Amino acid sequence: MQGERTIRVLIAKPGLDGHDRGAKVIARALRDAGMEVIYTGLRQTPEQIVEAAIQEDVDVIGLSILSGAHNVLFPRIMELLRERGIDDILVIGGGVIPHEDIPFLKECGIAEIFTPGTPISQIIDFIKNNVKK
Amino acid sequence: MELVEGILKKDKKTAARLITLIEREDPKAIDALKKLYKHTGNSYIIGITGPPGAGKSSLVNELAKKMRAKGKTVGIIAVDPTSPFTGGALLGDRIRMQDLTLDPGIFIRSMASRGSLGGIAKAAYDAVNVLDAFGMDYIIIETVGVGQTEIDIVKVADMVVVVLVPGLGDDVQAIKAGIMEIADIFAVNKSDREGADKLVTEIEMMLDLSQKEFDLKPPIIKTVATTGIGIDELEAKISEHLSYIQNKGLLEQKRKEKTREKFMELIKFHISKMIFQEKGDIIETLLKDISNKVIDPYTAMEKLLQSIIKGE
Repeated sequence: MQGERTIRVLIAKPGLDGHDRGAKVIARALRDAGMEVIYTGLRQTPEQIVEAAIQEDVDVIGLSILSGAHNVLFPRIMELLRERGIDDILVIGGGVIPHEDIPFLKECGIAEIFTPGTPISQIIDFIKNNVKK
Repeated sequence: MELVEGILKKDKKTAARLITLIEREDPKAIDALKKLYKHTGNSYIIGITGPPGAGKSSLVNELAKKMRAKGKTVGIIAVDPTSPFTGGALLGDRIRMQDLTLDPGIFIRSMASRGSLGGIAKAAYDAVNVLDAFGMDYIIIETVGVGQTEIDIVKVADMVVVVLVPGLGDDVQAIKAGIMEIADIFAVNKSDREGADKLVTEIEMMLDLSQKEFDLKPPIIKTVATTGIGIDELEAKISEHLSYIQNKGLLEQKRKEKTREKFMELIKFHISKMIFQEKGDIIETLLKDISNKVIDPYTAMEKLLQSIIKGE
């Protein structure tokens, strides 16, 4: 008897950024969509995020960032995942991210970037359609 | 990496994956658990339970740090509730355990209760075995925030710490049954708040009036998890309790009882599953007759049992 497949998501706030209202709203919405959401709190290093993702065996990492350091922190997280041999986690990002930065972030392996104003249903659908495991 | 080999080589990625497979009730998980079973029984399993917001996660964080300082490895299973409406869950225990994330001697897994009502997830029982075979010295299970009767933690832990906080209610609360009766140690957390001493007195009174014969009377320790007050003492009392029950043979006895209970549950689960699969038609026919008062449920049951015995 196989149990129902539940999507597990890590919502993480990388770097020096003290605002997590947005992250909490997303976490709550994904929970209401039937997912198990692990929230790790503010000011996480890329190393902490990757380690938590491994121990929690998540299907998705959602990175929320408002500080402007996304071009440094997001690629670093992708690099660490590759170093640990992980290619089956869907990584998405959100927050205050200028449109001109998005192509670079996608090149680094971030599957999608959701900027302010994105309907939450769009994020849920994207996750459901793109989980890799 | 193969599951069993990965666990025995202390690969955290494999441990995490196996726990997921257990949660999904994947047959691969059962295969791995069969092979890992002989490698279990070496970890001390400590349950931490108490009402929501009592500070369980923060206490676990501080306790694990103390255990690490003594060179011990620690596996943590932190259970939070699944929404009965959406099936989703928000698992936030890691927020209080950020300091531990990168410690190689620590493994933390957040787990949703997924419909279990006893304060822990069904998969937690087997997840404990995974971390045990992995070689963790201690395994700490943090239950969901509990009320009074969610006490499944006693079925899996070697000992239980009940975390309480001042201001939750009058002394009648302390007399009530349930979680108050399963504590091997009481931690009165947030003890810098008003009412902590009163709560300690109330617990003491409850213990003094108890008819239960204690092998070791549960100590009451005042803690403030956020500043580390009382954590040394709590850790010391936990080790003291564990050595006491081990030396007196109580630990072995307790584990035998747990093994028995777990095996009985396994038998009941699979036998009833088998009967419902094999004898579904007969059960339905009997059920119709019971509803129509053609037969009573007791005679129907005897008929079913006979058909099972003859059928085998």
